Amino acid sequence: MVELTINKIKVNAEEGMTILDAAKSAGIAVPTLCHMKNLFPTGACRICSVEVEGQRGLIPSCAYPVYEGMVVDTNSPRVRKARKTIVELLIENHPQDCLICVRNKNCELQDMSAHYGVREHRYAGESKDHAIDISSPSMERDPAKCILCGRCVRVCNEIQQVGAIDFTKRGFQSIVTTPYNKGLNISDCILCGQCILVCPTAALREKGQLKEVASALNNKNKFVIAQIAPAVRASLGEEYNMPLGTDVTGQLVTGLKRLGFKRVFDTNFAADLTIMEEATELVNRVTNNKPLPMFTSCCPGWVKYIEHRKPELLQHVSTCKSPHEMEGAILKTYYAKKIGIDPKDIVVVSIMPCTVKKFESSRPELSEEYMPDVDAVLTTRELVRFFNMAGVDFVDLPGSEFDNPLGESTGAAIIFGTSGGVMEAAIRTAYNMLTGKELEKLEFEEIRGLEGIKELSLTINGLKLNFAVVNGIGNVAKVLEEVENGTSKYHFVEVMACPGGCINGGGQPIHQKHEKVIKRIKALYEIDTKMIHRKSHENEAVKTLYKEFFGEPNSEKAHEILHTHYKSRKK
Amino acid sequence: MHKHIFKKYPAKDKSNLIALLQAVQEIYGYLPEGALQEVSDFVGLPLSRVYGVATFYNQFRLTPLGEIVIRVCRGTACHVCNSANILFTLETNLGITAGQTTRDKRFTLETVACIGACSIAPVITINDEYHGKVTVKEIPNILKKYNVQKQNPEKKAGVK
Repeated sequence: MVELTINKIKVNAEEGMTILDAAKSAGIAVPTLCHMKNLFPTGACRICSVEVEGQRGLIPSCAYPVYEGMVVDTNSPRVRKARKTIVELLIENHPQDCLICVRNKNCELQDMSAHYGVREHRYAGESKDHAIDISSPSMERDPAKCILCGRCVRVCNEIQQVGAIDFTKRGFQSIVTTPYNKGLNISDCILCGQCILVCPTAALREKGQLKEVASALNNKNKFVIAQIAPAVRASLGEEYNMPLGTDVTGQLVTGLKRLGFKRVFDTNFAADLTIMEEATELVNRVTNNKPLPMFTSCCPGWVKYIEHRKPELLQHVSTCKSPHEMEGAILKTYYAKKIGIDPKDIVVVSIMPCTVKKFESSRPELSEEYMPDVDAVLTTRELVRFFNMAGVDFVDLPGSEFDNPLGESTGAAIIFGTSGGVMEAAIRTAYNMLTGKELEKLEFEEIRGLEGIKELSLTINGLKLNFAVVNGIGNVAKVLEEVENGTSKYHFVEVMACPGGCINGGGQPIHQKHEKVIKRIKALYEIDTKMIHRKSHENEAVKTLYKEFFGEPNSEKAHEILHTHYKSRKK
Repeated sequence: MHKHIFKKYPAKDKSNLIALLQAVQEIYGYLPEGALQEVSDFVGLPLSRVYGVATFYNQFRLTPLGEIVIRVCRGTACHVCNSANILFTLETNLGITAGQTTRDKRFTLETVACIGACSIAPVITINDEYHGKVTVKEIPNILKKYNVQKQNPEKKAGVK
């Protein structure tokens, strides 16, 4: 331990701690822009500069370790002036369009400007001018709004290990972009949107589909249906300042009805269906000596990743469509017939925590005769904007239930929203398929939590099965390598591109509260424990669907409607 | 054509990136897109990072050089001797801006910070030939001389 003084307060800090962390532990806030928790500091933005007695220049507190007897001032006139100047310089090289910006009121640069009382334009000169990259169906990249903090580059390279974007050129010409400054759509980007979550400004943002959805809702000839992903209900409340992890399912259904959606269904229904199909596929693969391990296919970011990197291993990926695509496919076949509406008049809108889902819904493989299974995908953030636009007072909304029959779900489906959930749900059902008995203990703590690769071994019917759960696409490379070398011991691997799973998806509310992921995950597991049915094969509506329509899991009809195929994107 | 350079270095070692890029440029006079991808796979860095390095350093080019490379000195001494106008005249005469190559791949125009020949400012170099105390008036004549004398295609400018 070392003792130092920060702003005349005695602070005890561990050796090797940075000034920033020491200050934080003493309740002293130091502003940061380029700093990212748990990553090596870069000291690029200098906004965290502090004064240290005996040092000539200002010191970047995010990168400088504390020492015994250090005297720090985080709030001297010199420090404040330096910070203000940094903010002023950043603002002058940034478009002055806050009022019409998608990140208005949720922008770190705007906050800094307010904190340091910037009231005039002191610097004039050339400012950067770059075209907006709108090539991707999921994301927009607006380098003019970039302040070059490098957080997106670090999340993409160090955490996700995709490396789609990086700093290019230098000096005034510096720009964070793809190789050859080409569109994101033709790069290796998997569109996970983790960069959006860390971007302090609107340089990275989702591609909005609100206009299309609003115009479909205004069209009297269209039957517009919404479906909600599990992760959305545990996070949307944050945008209305509710505590982290508040379950807002009931309000969501009412809110969507007020927006004019004819039916509001639960993607969880299709999650249960996915489990029926996927568990059957797994049992088939295990008993018939087909390629193992089998990888889950719920996450379109992961699917895009393997299509780019290791297309030769695509036979290991489950052929199941992702849950919201299954839901869309059933709505336009089974449900359309049931209520007697031409599927061409049905518009399916998915409310997702995800940016890649927008790309996924535009995949030609997921469309039948030019009719996509899902017509539009709104992120959690877009839905909040829609509510605000329509004057839906979300906080005071009364709760209501999902429509039936595609609104019924089990506890197994709700945990799809978190890393390990799909696996846990699949085990609950696969156990029943293999043994004919029910599992006693439904929770598998080994595969819960935020660890990059989680493992679990179970002996079912004398058969030892190894499971792995990967979250954060950067962790999957190791698993893929083992599969390629033939040394993989796993039978079933769940992969979610975002760290923590969908709950931390690229379409979720943006704020830098570090405990958000854990709180949201906890909320989902809590909903699971409160459910009457907690295993997918107990879902009555799914049973009825098989009886009336598909026959049995992996039947020919199920293959036609609920399964898909992939393609190599390797260059 | 450039495969042999990979034999000199161990794979998946990113510290050799710049040396590899230099070796590729030595062969082609610039960094072709395909070669950049191969270097990226070889050193185990994403293409975006390799592209970032290639665009950071002035020594690397991503487009082929013309047969004739004209460099205009934009150092302080040349600047006070009107090199800005020399550059402007060259740009208008060639129909390109600094850093570009004419469509017929004949001329490449570049600026340099200081050539180190301040006594004869303003200076331009055409391939390895120095032209000192250049005036705006002379430029069309200088260019004419090079446009007529077609160079031996074996001796490509800038590639040793």
